[in-house]
Amino acid sequence: MYLTREEERIYDGEKGTTLQKAMEILVALGDIYNADKLIPIKSAQIAGVSYKTIGDAGLDWISGLEGKVVVPSTLNPAGMDLVRWKEMGISEEFASKQKRIIHTYSQLGIARDCTCTPYYLENSPRYRDNLAWSESSAVSYANSVLGARTNREGGPSALAAALIGSTPRYGYHLDENREPKVLIQVEGGLQDSDYGALGAIVGGMIGDMVPLFRLETKPSLDELKALGAAMAASGAVALYHIENITPEARRYKEPEERITIEYHQIRGFYEDNSDVDIVALGCPHCSTRELIELASLLKDKKVKRELWICTSRAVKTRCRHLVKKIEASGARVFCDTCMVVSPACEGFKAMMVNSGKAHIYIPNLCKLRSVLADTQECVRTVLT
Amino acid sequence: MKLKSHVVSKGRAWGEALVSRQAISFLGSVDPISGVIIEKGHELAGISIKNRVLVFPYGKGSTVGSYRIYQLKKNGAAPSAMINIKAEPIVAVGAIIAGIPMVDSLEKNPFEVIRNGDKVLVDGTLGYVEIL
Repeated sequence: MYLTREEERIYDGEKGTTLQKAMEILVALGDIYNADKLIPIKSAQIAGVSYKTIGDAGLDWISGLEGKVVVPSTLNPAGMDLVRWKEMGISEEFASKQKRIIHTYSQLGIARDCTCTPYYLENSPRYRDNLAWSESSAVSYANSVLGARTNREGGPSALAAALIGSTPRYGYHLDENREPKVLIQVEGGLQDSDYGALGAIVGGMIGDMVPLFRLETKPSLDELKALGAAMAASGAVALYHIENITPEARRYKEPEERITIEYHQIRGFYEDNSDVDIVALGCPHCSTRELIELASLLKDKKVKRELWICTSRAVKTRCRHLVKKIEASGARVFCDTCMVVSPACEGFKAMMVNSGKAHIYIPNLCKLRSVLADTQECVRTVLT
Repeated sequence: MKLKSHVVSKGRAWGEALVSRQAISFLGSVDPISGVIIEKGHELAGISIKNRVLVFPYGKGSTVGSYRIYQLKKNGAAPSAMINIKAEPIVAVGAIIAGIPMVDSLEKNPFEVIRNGDKVLVDGTLGYVEIL
């Protein structure tokens, strides 16, 4: 991979060890993927934040880094609500380590926004912006819904990109890799959690291919968010197109390979089972619109089981009044974390979710049974 | 024998080769304190990678594996160097953050020229491997 003179100097250590290591990481990845050069990025989203994920080794490594990131950078969800962790049942020991991780990242100039939905923050990516994001559902949304360009970075590589301000030009930064290779024809009118179920099915079938969907219904932004998240979890889909919906769909001709998904396959994901002790929503983090819907469904009601709603702190702050209404029901709106990466959910027996992604991860990562249901059913369950 | 290689992670180290034709996952398959391979059924199960020049095709598994490699180094249980057929991101990044010399794409197939126990020098800065 070609490096400019300035980049060579950094690689040789002239700007210190932290930047040298960062450049080594970018060069190694550039070589693995046959990138021709580095390109500047508009923002970074850094994975490896939850203490449950990176542990003492990760904390140790990031603590040794110096300097500041040179592009706006945010973090993946942490293992707990940074303010209400005690209420989540998190131990003092975990909380102390988690806070140190966040503090260490913020010393490097990274914003303390711990969310899988950085596109809801200020300076959301624009069409064709090159990014270095690492959370799989955020990568999918940025590429597919916004038409921005990012690969699915790992924690250290996103951090390296944030410190240098560039990323190797490979993968989804290149037009030819954004072309859809399989057409997915979906039969039936989908809504709400159906999109997450669709994503769970399709991801498992296509791995990391780029699909083009032909749908009978027009998904909302929240439904697109759910579709992308589930496909990135059951498969490794980082980019998808939907005819007449997503910004790049019309640039490409129809792929030859075809898959048809019938409505009964999607219905097959649901089971009629309300034997759960917790309902958790917000995977990915809730949007303002989703909070509006929940506030309306919970108006003047009281929950009879645990209801956790996860969102980013920025959205919660923006929607203070909605959150107050929601929490009047006894539901808890947590920030900075989610039911998948927090150890807090491990004490429960069974969880109901409206998210295809959560439904895929909960049994393995949290060792509890998961039931998929649509949003209205989730709220109905928690009120009985 | 001296073999040209592609640089993955800088530095220079030597040790006794430990060769596996199976991929290695650093999250879950290697005990981070002892460096012993704990993956059931792996051809290196029960053997410690500590201070060896570890030769394997490529890494596999979760990206958290990068931090596990760093942890092994901190615990003094890491390989002295690594040789891959073709590096993938998890092990490459792990080697870099841990400061373990690593190369791939040797001019000859390492499985044909390196045997268990051979004294091997890996130069990840200049990009070569020497079988002593």
